[in-house]
Amino acid sequence: MSPAVLILAVVAAGSVPAASALASARWPGRSPAAAILLWQALGLSWGLAAVGALAGLGAGPGPGPAGTGQVGVVRAALAVAARVLRDKAFWPGAADPLADLRLVSVAAGLVLFALLCWVLVAAFAAVLRARRRHRDLLTLLAHGDPKVPGALVVDYPAAAAYCVPGLRSRIVISAGALKLLDQAELAAVLAHERAHLRERHDLVLLPFNALLRAFRWSAVARRAEGAVALLVEMLADDHALRHRPARELATALIRVGAAGSRVPSGALAIAGAENGAGDDGGGAGAAGAGARAGTDAAGASAAGARAGTDAAGASAAGARAGTESAGAENGARTGTDAAGASAAGARAGTEAAGAENGADDGGCGEVAVRVARLLRPAPGLSAAALALVCGTAGLLVAVPATLLFISF
Amino acid sequence: MNRLGELERAIMDVLWETSEPLTVRQVSGQLTERDLAHTTVMTVLDRLAKKGFARRERDGRAWRYRAAASREAYVTELMLNALDQTGDRQAALARFVRSVSGAEARALRRALEALNPPGRLDRARQADSLEDAAEG
Repeated sequence: MSPAVLILAVVAAGSVPAASALASARWPGRSPAAAILLWQALGLSWGLAAVGALAGLGAGPGPGPAGTGQVGVVRAALAVAARVLRDKAFWPGAADPLADLRLVSVAAGLVLFALLCWVLVAAFAAVLRARRRHRDLLTLLAHGDPKVPGALVVDYPAAAAYCVPGLRSRIVISAGALKLLDQAELAAVLAHERAHLRERHDLVLLPFNALLRAFRWSAVARRAEGAVALLVEMLADDHALRHRPARELATALIRVGAAGSRVPSGALAIAGAENGAGDDGGGAGAAGAGARAGTDAAGASAAGARAGTDAAGASAAGARAGTESAGAENGARTGTDAAGASAAGARAGTEAAGAENGADDGGCGEVAVRVARLLRPAPGLSAAALALVCGTAGLLVAVPATLLFISF
Repeated sequence: MNRLGELERAIMDVLWETSEPLTVRQVSGQLTERDLAHTTVMTVLDRLAKKGFARRERDGRAWRYRAAASREAYVTELMLNALDQTGDRQAALARFVRSVSGAEARALRRALEALNPPGRLDRARQADSLEDAAEG
């Protein structure tokens, strides 16, 4: 094994614990942009090193043809593959068992490369399809509202706020969220979503999401995707802070998070009955996933039907009345007022009143981390630390790239 | 929202109102906007059929259209996507808050009290919700 291949193998293998370490680190919250750069470098570095190590194993010992010095791994691997194939074609008798293994190794490298490219393209295509479908639905179902200029509102009682990124982007606020948040909080949410759209955070997240889809079983891939997604949210939070005070964004986060996120069971029942008759693509998707979400929602509404004890249960009860009757307003109001007042309503006696400092509690949750960061901002990284991070990122990519492509 | 989108919505509203399949002429008749050309309505219905929102069947020489699924079914589909409950790990949308566990939701409610002790407005909302809970 040549030293080049050894280095590549070490880089590829080392990426895994490095990713774990980065996912557990505390400093990324202080400078999300730098951390994202490091994640991207780590991902690219792993890809290059893994492909290179596999291909390079097949390339045999290091130095190239006499007098040309060190050859890049890619060139060496392709040269070896060409030679082996030619030998097999013209001199089938001269069996060199090592040659077969070399070929397999080079082929494995190529396959991995093709897989990574394919996964990226397929993920992007799937995302584009999903967004087009979502935009079509919004065209039919959403409307504007003066409370949220530039955004669309959909009439459902669950509190949801999100955007559809892309060239024809949309920002969507549910009617439930509109009731839950006051004007200032809504403005903060809009600023956050606009930051996502302007900075194209969806493109930053795409490769990590694609990698997770390809390696669903990998805990590291899951942690990486989760870490980058959270960092992207922090970036959008920071951008929103330029226009709105931190406290409004923090309370918006807490209210939406506290309201729970379950599809009300009544709405699912209606969708299920309708889709029994047909085979329309969208409805079938909803019913299929709805079976899974429905049991969760049913559990929530069974557990807590009284307003003030369980926001998820309350909004399920309210929404059931809302979606089944023609007068959706009344039911929706019950559901969402209950969701909004559940925080205050919790005082009505069901939650043990601790003297805990709520913002720190349940700290592993994403919302809690973001809120804590907003309300108690930590100082950013020093210039030296930033330089170290950027330098590491550069090195992570430069080393495998050099070994792969540069001959010297 | 642009013109075509408005038309699509208006026509789907008509289809959702009636349960039996309608011809293009019948759909035109039910629209509040009266000056639409017959061909415009036909084109939009055709688009809706191609996108899968409307289904059509032949009735003699004419086509009859009806909605492929109820409005509630589509709202539910939208909602499942918005709340990330489709089981499809695509990240096509960017949510303000990603999924929150029950324990975290409870902790957040406590945090809300700590940040915003119920003022006059909150107490009014709290009273409302207790009343509604007592009735229902």
